[in-house]
Amino acid sequence: MNNDDRNPEHIAQFDIHYYRYLDDEGVLKKQLPQRLDSDETLIELYRNMVLVRLLDKKCIALQRTGKMGTYPSTLGQEAIGVGIGYAMQKSDVLAPYYRDMATQLIRGVKIKDILLCWGGDERGNSSEQSPQDLSSCVPIATQVTHGAGIASAIKLRNEKRAVVSTLGDGATSRGDFAESVNLAGAWQLPLVVLINNNQWAISVPRSVQTAAQTLAQKGIAGEVRCEQVDGCDVLAVYDAVKRALESAYEGKGPTLIEAITYRLCDHTTADDATRYSPPEGLKKGWEKEPIKRYRNFLHQRKLWDEEKEADLYTQCEKQINEAVQEYLDTDAQPPETMFDYLYEELPHSLNEQREQLIAKTRGGA
Amino acid sequence: MDNSSPAELTMVEAVNLAMAYEMRHDENVVVLGEDVGTNGGVFRATDGLKKEFGLRRVMDTPLAESLIAGVSVGMASQGLRPIAEIQFLGFIFAAMEHIICHAARMRNRTRGRITCPMVLRAPFGGGIHAPEHHSESTEAIFAHTAGLRVVVPSSPVRAYGLLLAAIRDPDPVIFLEPKRIYRISKQAIEDNGEALPMDVCFTLREGTDITLISWGAMILETLQAANKLAESGINAEVIDVATISPLDIDTLLSSVKKTGRCVIIHEAARTCGVGADISAQISERALLSLQAPIKRVTGYDTIMPYFRNEHYYMPSTEDIVSAAMDTLNYE
Repeated sequence: MNNDDRNPEHIAQFDIHYYRYLDDEGVLKKQLPQRLDSDETLIELYRNMVLVRLLDKKCIALQRTGKMGTYPSTLGQEAIGVGIGYAMQKSDVLAPYYRDMATQLIRGVKIKDILLCWGGDERGNSSEQSPQDLSSCVPIATQVTHGAGIASAIKLRNEKRAVVSTLGDGATSRGDFAESVNLAGAWQLPLVVLINNNQWAISVPRSVQTAAQTLAQKGIAGEVRCEQVDGCDVLAVYDAVKRALESAYEGKGPTLIEAITYRLCDHTTADDATRYSPPEGLKKGWEKEPIKRYRNFLHQRKLWDEEKEADLYTQCEKQINEAVQEYLDTDAQPPETMFDYLYEELPHSLNEQREQLIAKTRGGA
Repeated sequence: MDNSSPAELTMVEAVNLAMAYEMRHDENVVVLGEDVGTNGGVFRATDGLKKEFGLRRVMDTPLAESLIAGVSVGMASQGLRPIAEIQFLGFIFAAMEHIICHAARMRNRTRGRITCPMVLRAPFGGGIHAPEHHSESTEAIFAHTAGLRVVVPSSPVRAYGLLLAAIRDPDPVIFLEPKRIYRISKQAIEDNGEALPMDVCFTLREGTDITLISWGAMILETLQAANKLAESGINAEVIDVATISPLDIDTLLSSVKKTGRCVIIHEAARTCGVGADISAQISERALLSLQAPIKRVTGYDTIMPYFRNEHYYMPSTEDIVSAAMDTLNYE
């Protein structure tokens, strides 16, 4: 009912829909996504979520023992990265934010490289496994603009591939997000933007960030298809991203997906979430967390048992420990490499500084 | 069309000619920005490009500078060679995060895996009676950022040759066009696609008594000052820095070692201007060749006045002659 006595004409109306396959207990509430009906893939999703969680734990341990730098944990966000990673084709391009280790791993980035990156070594970003993917973007929301640029190039060349760019809930307050979503709609770009709404932008809760009922609706203003999914349901994330990518390949433009999760960890290892995050929120977050419910789902389908679980942990730990050793055994780059990737060729005017650095670090004059 | 004699063109026409040439020869070159399409840019620098190359390669963007720069970074990462126009340099600040945090760093961050061959063109400088934010010279901000090239042409010929070089460069170039001299004079330009070298200064006038160093629109007043000095029998060398960063200090040093005296002229504010760094480097490397302290003739460390008073802000020919005479008379 419209009570406006000016008797307006109806112009436009919008809805946001929410999708999930698994409930909090891991009970499948509808038919599996068509593209996801092989038992092998269903198990692979689980294996990767577990690998990411164990690696995440290891990364925090490495930071705490002085063997790595500040690190943004992915605890509770595993379903997002794994869902995106499995939905994307190799030829697609990822423009990730900094909590996307899981997606990067599935895109082929080696664990050693991820450790190098957070361990203060640029070579971690040089992975040739996914040569066109951008590296983890630190300045908030700017990767979405790069994603729009990559999607523009793909569209210009009439290629059948697309871009996925991720960001956090706080990043939706930034101009770059709004500008990019607007452009994606205006130019009908093959771009999928996925918001990991984990309810916290460091210490600022989602409710303080915006009065909007959903973050997904921020796409409506740019006429971008938008929807909300359960970000702790790997099946829902996979399905939403896969559908969005297929639309993009078919020339049907961009999609904005808001994936609802809960940050079960500090913002980074430099943060202390107990200063602002209420314990009851955390408790509820753990009740919905992605791995336990998915394990229940696999048990219900008779695809998993305790023995497989134990084997998986052993395998993951072995894989992680080997990568950690490789990382720890990697010598730092020679200091003068700080000059070597500024330009294709080092400008003559910088030679002297480079030589000075070499002399200083090699005990020369 | 008569190809026998090259066309006489203004600087803004030369900019247009260079972009059109490269778009014809490299399908990866695209143009984007505000009003660059049908309107041909507010200064007409992109006039006719949309008609010739179509809207797929000449893109009117939404009105968002951060977007323009960020989208260019993304395009460049895919091997396109975007030429983005920022309508006036005073509006570039919304794009600074993409320029400083991404365009300048992409190669370094990925150890060469992803590069950023893009050109950001922006008209800049005072003297055309424009509104606030349309007249500043903030080239030093970019020169202070590693990973960028900062290029400023001072004539139609150099605009054509340097812009071609900028588009072909494998790294990001900030190409600042001194709009006061966009149409002030014409030069014959042969549209042969020959680039001029970046990273080098151009000696515009050889001399033995004093070195006058400048770039962009101030080259006009600097050359006038050199002519005035010649009337008094003083033989000034005039050097157009052209690439502000990385700086060709060697050419400047050899000139100062020859003349023993130096005046640096720029429209930008004095403190932390590019002149400060040139002065420091000359002092560090050629102190004993100097017969007088280096002088700077620059804009003031103030906000650029609204246009009724902008001429007080900008260095004049007389200011340059006077500084040169002080330097020559120093004992």
